[in-house]
Amino acid sequence: MPLLELRDVRARYGPIRALHGVSLTVDEGDVVALLGANGAGKTTTLRSVSNMVRTNGEIVFDGRRLTRRSPEFVARQGIAHVPEGRGLFPELSVWENLRMGARGRLASKEAERVIEAFPWIERRRDQHAATLSGGEQQMLALARALASKPRLLMLDEPSLGLAPTVVRELFGIVRRLNEEEGLTVLVVEQNATIALGLASRAYVLEVGKVAVEGTSDELERHEAVRKSYLGY
Amino acid sequence: MQQVVSGLAQGSIYASLALALVLIYRATDVLNFAQGEMATFTTYVAWSLMDNGLSFWPAFAVTLVVAFVGGAAVERVLIRPVEHRPEIVIVIVTIGLLIALNGLTGWIWGPEVKAFDSPFPLRTIDVAGVVISLQDLGVLAVCLITVALLWAFFRFTTLGLVMRAVANSQDSSRLLGVRVGWMLALGWGLAAVLGAVAGMMAAPALTLDPNLMLVVLIYSFAAAVLGGIDSPVGAVVGGLVLGVVINLLGTYVDFIGGELRLPAALTVLLLVLLIRPQGLFGHRVVTRV
Repeated sequence: MPLLELRDVRARYGPIRALHGVSLTVDEGDVVALLGANGAGKTTTLRSVSNMVRTNGEIVFDGRRLTRRSPEFVARQGIAHVPEGRGLFPELSVWENLRMGARGRLASKEAERVIEAFPWIERRRDQHAATLSGGEQQMLALARALASKPRLLMLDEPSLGLAPTVVRELFGIVRRLNEEEGLTVLVVEQNATIALGLASRAYVLEVGKVAVEGTSDELERHEAVRKSYLGY
Repeated sequence: MQQVVSGLAQGSIYASLALALVLIYRATDVLNFAQGEMATFTTYVAWSLMDNGLSFWPAFAVTLVVAFVGGAAVERVLIRPVEHRPEIVIVIVTIGLLIALNGLTGWIWGPEVKAFDSPFPLRTIDVAGVVISLQDLGVLAVCLITVALLWAFFRFTTLGLVMRAVANSQDSSRLLGVRVGWMLALGWGLAAVLGAVAGMMAAPALTLDPNLMLVVLIYSFAAAVLGGIDSPVGAVVGGLVLGVVINLLGTYVDFIGGELRLPAALTVLLLVLLIRPQGLFGHRVVTRV
C-alpha cells in the first residue's frame, strides 16, 4: 500500500480548473518528483494534499482519507509541506521558526538532530528569518519541516531563485535524509535535471493532468521529456 | 511634571486599548470598531459585581475572565462565519457589534451615569516638589503591568510564540498543524482583557455610562496610528505620547483647553497619516508590481 495516493483529484481556483483528475502514488521511503511547465498544476497538487485548495477526488495518506480535512489535520498526520516562497515567519527568529516546526514544543533531541544537518542554525539562532539569504531561508524552511518529524516531506520548487551551489547542497541534504533516515519525499521542481537526479520516480504534469509517469531512468530516456524538460 | 504624570496615566489607558486594536489588526488585518464598546460592557460587569458586594480587585479579576471568554466568543460566533469574506464585511460586523453592545449596555444597566469607585486613594503625594495623584500612578501602574504581562506571555511562552506565528502568517501556521481558528479566538480574548483593564481604569475618572469608551476609542485609534498600526510597541508608546501631548496642550494652550483635546488628537492622527503613514514603529508595506 502506498504511503500517499491521489485518485482522480480535481481542483479549481474559483471558475478556473487547475487539476483535471490527477492520480499518483508515493511509496514509503521513495523520492517522487512532479515535473511540468508553469501552470501545469504541480503546486496545486501539493496544495490539494495539504487541503489549501478545494478539491474533489480521493487523497489517502497511510490508509486515512485526507479529502476535505483541514490543513491543520493534514499536517498533524505527519505531512510537512514546504511551500513555494518557503513560508517562513519573517518576524520570528531563526530559532523560533525552527520551534514552530514542532508547534513550539521542540524537544532537545529533535533540535540536535536538525542542527546536525544544519549546523549554521545554532550560530544564527537569534537572527530574524527575514534577514537570511534566500538559500538560508530555504534551508531553514527545510529544517523546520524536519523538526516536525514528518513521514512525508513535500517540497515546492526548492531550487527557485537559488545559486547552483546552494541547490546542490540542499538536494544533497534531502538525498542524505532519504537514504539514511528513509524520509519519503514528494518534490515539485521545474529543474528536471536536478529533480530526476534525486527522485526514483517522477510524474510529468501538463495542463492539470498526468501526461507521463515512470522511473527517473525511464523519463530520462523518454523523448518528449528529454526535449521539453531536459533540453537535449 | 504633574501634567506629564497625569498625561501618562491617561495615555496608559489609550495604550491598553490601542494594543487591543493592534493585536486584532495584526492577526486579522481588521480594525475592531467594537473594541471600546466591549470594554464598556465589561466595565459594567465589574460595576455590577461591586454593586453586589464584591470589592474592587476580586471584581477586577472576575471581569477579566468574563472579558476573555466574551472576546473569544465574539470571534467564534460573529467573526468566524465571515472570516473569508472581504475585509469590509468584517469591519461592518464590528460596527454592528458596536451598535448592538451600546444598545445592550443601555438596556441592561440604563442610560444614567453611575459612579465607579477607584481602587486607589484620591490623595496626592509630593515627590521632589511635584504633586502627583496616587490615582494617576495607580492607573499607570496597572496598565503598564498588564502590558508587561502580555509582552512576557508573547515573548516567553509556547502559546505566545504560536500566536505570534499566526499573526505573521496564517497559511504557514496551518501548514505546520497550528489550529489557527483557536489562536485567533485567544487573540480576541486577550484583546478584550486589555479593553476591560482600560475600561475599569478609565471609569473612575470619566464616570460610567454606556458611551464611556467612545471617546477613549478615538484616542486609542490615534495612538495606534501614531505608533504604527501593526506595532504592539508602537501602540504603547503612541498611547503614552498622545496622552502626555494632549494633556499638555489642553493645560497650557488656552484655545485648546478641555473642549478641543479630541480634535487635537484627530489632528495628530491626520498629520501622521499624511507625513508618516506607517507611524513611529510600523512597517511600510511595499508591493512589487
